[in-house]
Amino acid sequence: MEKELRLMKGNEAIAEAAIRAGADGYFGYPITPQSEILEYLMEANPETTTGMVVLQAESEVAAINMVYGGAACGKKVMTSSSSPGISLKQEGITYIAGAELPCLIVNVVRGGPGLGTIQPAQSDYFQATKGGGHGDYHLLVLAPSSVQEMADFVELSFDLAFKYRNPVMILSDGAIGQMMEKVWLKPQKKRSEEILPWATTGKPASRERNIITSLDLDSERQEKFNLKLIAKYREMEEKEVRYEEFMTDDAEYLFVAYGTSARLCQKALQLARAEGIKAGLLRPITLFPYPKKRLNELADRVKGMLAVEMSAGQMVEDVMLSVNGKTRVSHYGRMGGMIPTPEEVVENLKTFIKG
Amino acid sequence: MAEVTFNDIIKPENLAYTKSKLMTNNVMHYCPGCGHGTAHQVLAEVLEEEDLQSRTVGITPVGCSVLMYNYIDVDFQEAAHGRAPALATAVKRLMPDKFVFTYQGDGDLAAIGTAETIHTCNRGENILMLFINNGIYGMTGGQMAPTTLDGMKSSTSPYGRNIATMGSPIKMADIVALLPGTCYVTRQSVNTAGGVRKLKRALKKAVQYQNEKRGTCFIEVVSNCPSGWKMTPVESNKWMEENMFPFYPLGDIKVPSEK
Repeated sequence: MEKELRLMKGNEAIAEAAIRAGADGYFGYPITPQSEILEYLMEANPETTTGMVVLQAESEVAAINMVYGGAACGKKVMTSSSSPGISLKQEGITYIAGAELPCLIVNVVRGGPGLGTIQPAQSDYFQATKGGGHGDYHLLVLAPSSVQEMADFVELSFDLAFKYRNPVMILSDGAIGQMMEKVWLKPQKKRSEEILPWATTGKPASRERNIITSLDLDSERQEKFNLKLIAKYREMEEKEVRYEEFMTDDAEYLFVAYGTSARLCQKALQLARAEGIKAGLLRPITLFPYPKKRLNELADRVKGMLAVEMSAGQMVEDVMLSVNGKTRVSHYGRMGGMIPTPEEVVENLKTFIKG
Repeated sequence: MAEVTFNDIIKPENLAYTKSKLMTNNVMHYCPGCGHGTAHQVLAEVLEEEDLQSRTVGITPVGCSVLMYNYIDVDFQEAAHGRAPALATAVKRLMPDKFVFTYQGDGDLAAIGTAETIHTCNRGENILMLFINNGIYGMTGGQMAPTTLDGMKSSTSPYGRNIATMGSPIKMADIVALLPGTCYVTRQSVNTAGGVRKLKRALKKAVQYQNEKRGTCFIEVVSNCPSGWKMTPVESNKWMEENMFPFYPLGDIKVPSEK
C-alpha cells in the first residue's frame, strides 16, 4: 500500500494506521464509541496480507492480558476501548508497566462516572496520566486533536513504547473517534522479524531463560526497580514533551487545552482576538510527560491561563503545578458528553479576565 | 548374607529416576509433600525428552506456583491472577510454532479466571492448560477454593463448606470437555509412581496434539496440600485418595478421534 489520502473516521484511521505501521496484533472488545476499530480490522482481515493477528476477546480484561502476552514476546501489539472498558483494563496495564512491556492502548473517552454516557468527554485525564492502576507508574500519553493525528500517533506510540519499554496510551475522545476528516496514510511497513533479546520466544542454548514478570518479593530489589522506573519517567520528561502553540508571542491570556477542546479553543482564540483580547493557546500533545517547563516560561509573560477541558477540571491541576503560583489559573469545562461552544469559551475568558 | 548399605544402592545402574536437565538447582519453596514439585519434574522431563526447550513459552499463575519460572529452565511469562490463558492465547496466535502451556491452580483457573478458561477452551486455542487442583488456596494460607469439597474445612469455611450458602465444588475438567474447542481432557494425579507415569504419558499426548494443532489440551492434576489441609504428607495423600478422587475421578474425560 502506497501513501494515500482518504476520508475516514478517527477510529478507522487508528485501525488502518495500525496495519500500515506493521502491527503484529490487535486484541479488543466492543464498546461505543470506538467499536469501529475492531470492526474495521476484522473487515480488513490483515492476517491474510501483513500477517497481523486480530482477535475479539471475551472481555476487556482478557484483551489487555492478550496484549501482555504478545508484548512479552516482543511483538507490536495493541488494544483499544472506551472509558468503562479502560477501567477494566487497569489491572493489565499496571502489570504491563511493572513488567516493562511495550504496547499501545487507545482510549476513545466517553463521559462517566460509571456507565455514564456514550458522548465525548475528557474525564479520564487523571486515570491516563497519573497511573490508573495500582503502584507507582506512568503511561506515556499522547492526545490527538485530529483524524490525521489519530493515524500518525499509532506509529509514534509504537516507537516510543519500544524505545522506553513502556505502555503508551492514545487518549482520544468520542468526537475525534467518530468524526470524519481527510487523512494522509503512510505506506505499508513490513512487520518486524527481529527477535528482541529480552522477549520470551523460546530459550536457545545461547542465552539464559527470559522471564517476564512484575513480581519481586525482595523489598530492596523492588525499590531499586521502582527507582529505575522513575528514572525512565524523568527521561521521558526530558526528551519526549510535545506541544503546539498558537499566537503565544503576544498573548496576554492563554488557553490551555488538548484534543477536542484544543480545536474549539482555536476558534475561541480568533473570536477573542476579533474583540481585541490578546489570547493564545498552548495545546499539550503529550499529557504525560506534560509541557510543564514551557507553561512555566509562559507564566512569566501572560496575565492568566484558562484550562478548557470536557471534565470537572483535571488537567488544570497540572497547569497549576507547572506555573507554581506565578500567574492566575482557572478552569472552564462541560461534562456528561456536552461540548462547549467557542462563544461559551470566550464568555468564560471574559469573566476570567474580570477576575 | 552381607548387609546391604545405603551406599551399595546409590549406584548409577540402580537409578530409576533422575532430575530432568531442565530442572534448575534453585531450592523449591513448596511445602514438604506437596504435589507441585513432582508435577514440575514430570513436565520438565517431557519438555526435555521432546526437545522443546528452545521453542517453549510457559505462563505461570498467581498462587503457589507463581515462582515456577525459578525451577524449569524455559522462557516464562508471569500472568495476573486468572489471566494465564489470555496471555497464552496471544503467544500462540503470534508465534504458532512455539509450544505454549499454562500452569494454574484452582483459585486461578476455576474462580477468578473462569471466563478466560472457558473462552480459551471454547476458541480451541492450540495450547496445553495444566490445572493443579488441591481444593484450597495454598499461597494465601488455606482459604476455600471453588474446588473445595462439600463439608471440607478451610480458613474461610471453618465449619466446613456449606453447599447451601457457598455453592458446590466445581468440576472444571468436565465443563471444558463439553466445549468443542478442547481436544483432550484428562484428570491425573502424582501421588503414586503409577500416577506420575500416567501424567507423563498424558503430557506427551498433549505435546503431540499441540503439534498437530488439534485444539486445547486440558490436564487436571488432583493434588494434595499438606499445609493447607493441616495434615502430614502421608495423611494428605490418604485423605486425597479417600475424598478427592471419588468426587474428581481420575482418567480421560475426552480424547480426540484418531486421524
